Amino acid sequence: MTAVIDSLGPAEPGAPAEGGDVTEVASGWRLGLREFFSNKLAVAGLVILVFFVIFCYLGPMVYHANLVTVNLDVVNDPPGAGAPLGNYSDGFDVLGSLMAGGQISLEIGLLAALVAGALGTLWGAVAGLIGGWVDSLMMRIVDVFLALPFLLVVLIIGHRYGATVVNLSLILGIFSWLGPARLVRGEVLTLRVRDFVSAARVMGGSRRHLIYRHLLPNAMGTVIVNITFVIADSILALAALGYLGFGVKYPNTDWGDQISDGTNYLQDGYWWQVYPVAVCLVLLIMSFNMIGDGLRDAVDVRLRKR
Amino acid sequence: MAGYLARRFLTAIVVCLGVTLVSFVMLHIAAPNPGQAALGARASQAAIAAYDKQNGYDRPIPVQFVTYLNHFIHGQLGWSYKFNQSVNALFAEKTPLSAFLTGISLLLAVVIAIPLGIYQAVKRNGMLDAAATTVAFVLYSTPVYLVALILQHIFADQLGWVSANVSQDQSLAGALSDFKDLLLPILSLTAVAVAGFSRYQRSSSLDVLAQDYIRVARAKGLSERLVYTRHLLRNAILPTITLLGLYVPFFIAGNILIEYTFNIDGLGLLFINALTDEDYNILISYTLIGAILTVIGNLIADLALAAADPRIRIA
Repeated sequence: MTAVIDSLGPAEPGAPAEGGDVTEVASGWRLGLREFFSNKLAVAGLVILVFFVIFCYLGPMVYHANLVTVNLDVVNDPPGAGAPLGNYSDGFDVLGSLMAGGQISLEIGLLAALVAGALGTLWGAVAGLIGGWVDSLMMRIVDVFLALPFLLVVLIIGHRYGATVVNLSLILGIFSWLGPARLVRGEVLTLRVRDFVSAARVMGGSRRHLIYRHLLPNAMGTVIVNITFVIADSILALAALGYLGFGVKYPNTDWGDQISDGTNYLQDGYWWQVYPVAVCLVLLIMSFNMIGDGLRDAVDVRLRKR
Repeated sequence: MAGYLARRFLTAIVVCLGVTLVSFVMLHIAAPNPGQAALGARASQAAIAAYDKQNGYDRPIPVQFVTYLNHFIHGQLGWSYKFNQSVNALFAEKTPLSAFLTGISLLLAVVIAIPLGIYQAVKRNGMLDAAATTVAFVLYSTPVYLVALILQHIFADQLGWVSANVSQDQSLAGALSDFKDLLLPILSLTAVAVAGFSRYQRSSSLDVLAQDYIRVARAKGLSERLVYTRHLLRNAILPTITLLGLYVPFFIAGNILIEYTFNIDGLGLLFINALTDEDYNILISYTLIGAILTVIGNLIADLALAAADPRIRIA
């Protein structure tokens, strides 16, 4: 947008502009950000997310906990001195496990969403730009993958290949790119016939220029919104895998795994083995949903005000 | 309309074929050695080779796929080595209970969420709307098994109103004789589904309420009740119909997680056990049936949408 304003600026430097002053116009991105930060829920979500990043990554530097050796003396200890949130049935510290599990959740969620975003953007952009039978074929492939029940597929593949953080992220990402692919294709299809893209084309813009300068930046808003939800879904899927016993392997630990361990003793009243990790999981998912909703409104408003 | 239907059916069939191919290849990647899985880690190479030959696992993968497809189309889902029983028989045994749990949760969720969402939109920003929106937002971010665990802790462990152990009877009639104990699984699935549906229903109702035809309906003197039932409901329900089709994978996942949590002997638990045993034919049959149900769900949603929305019906 700024580029257009610049080219329409006064012909002689310093001469008064016709039809009022030429003022600087905030870019669409900045308007969107302003909209986002005026949304209380979205900011709350961001605050929760920042809290979890600090808690999970800086926490372990301050709070050293045993998460590796079984210690029979402190098995199932309730919250108290030495263990602010108590211990699990193997003597592992709950607070320390929360930090370690949070790291895994954040990393896998982010990595899976990046894989999904990159794959989906590429696929959708190519399908939308080429069009014709290639587009039909590519979108039928998306339909096929979309029909596969996500959890079942991730369980089957993850059961054999999901032992490491990178593998699990790749598996979750490879089955999450369908949303971004559909969105980007839709955006590209509407954008390529818009006036500003036609203008860039008649001005002699190369195909490459059109894609990188006009199509992708304008499609990016919807992709980023979707990516936020993909992060939440990946963290949820990871927790489900852990809960069912097919998550990351010892010495790594994830929140679903901890919930599953804790439920064995919930009947005995060992609430600290389930509720703290449950609260963390729900809060983190909520934060991504809040941020996603906020971003969607910001992107929407930007489009509406244009 | 006929053209739309034909195109829609054709796409569904093509997608189903694609899904069969993808699941088949995927399972070959995930479980490349069915003979080893069936006979155990200490089986001799000769025994494994004999097993693979007997079951056709030694033939080229395209040949295996065509054979599999032929059997699948004729309704033969193969043999489960772990149960030494046909997958058809296993599924026939366990489907009624799972289908009942999922079906009644879906039905309850629709019956609760649609009026709730519309009510929230009509009385927006009121006390009840704020409360329902908040609860729905939290529940929407909560995994279904967590809801189940918390309900179990409160109503079974603490209050003792129901038993945490659901009837182990596989038959639907047997499980229903302890209907009280099935309440928690149904409640958990319903609660999470209502959270998803009602959020959607509320926002689509808000969109419809801002339309000119609602103002026209009020201006010509229709009672509020008629405005809501004739004009609001019929239009605001359309996006929810599409959403229902998209929720099939949610219910398949929910079925697994809920049956695992409550130890209900249905299809979901069968799948989890088959995964541990690498029981090949159960895994692929379940995935395929899940995928085909998803395609059918979307198809039904599209057809229902066409039936409900004259704009699609005529175009």
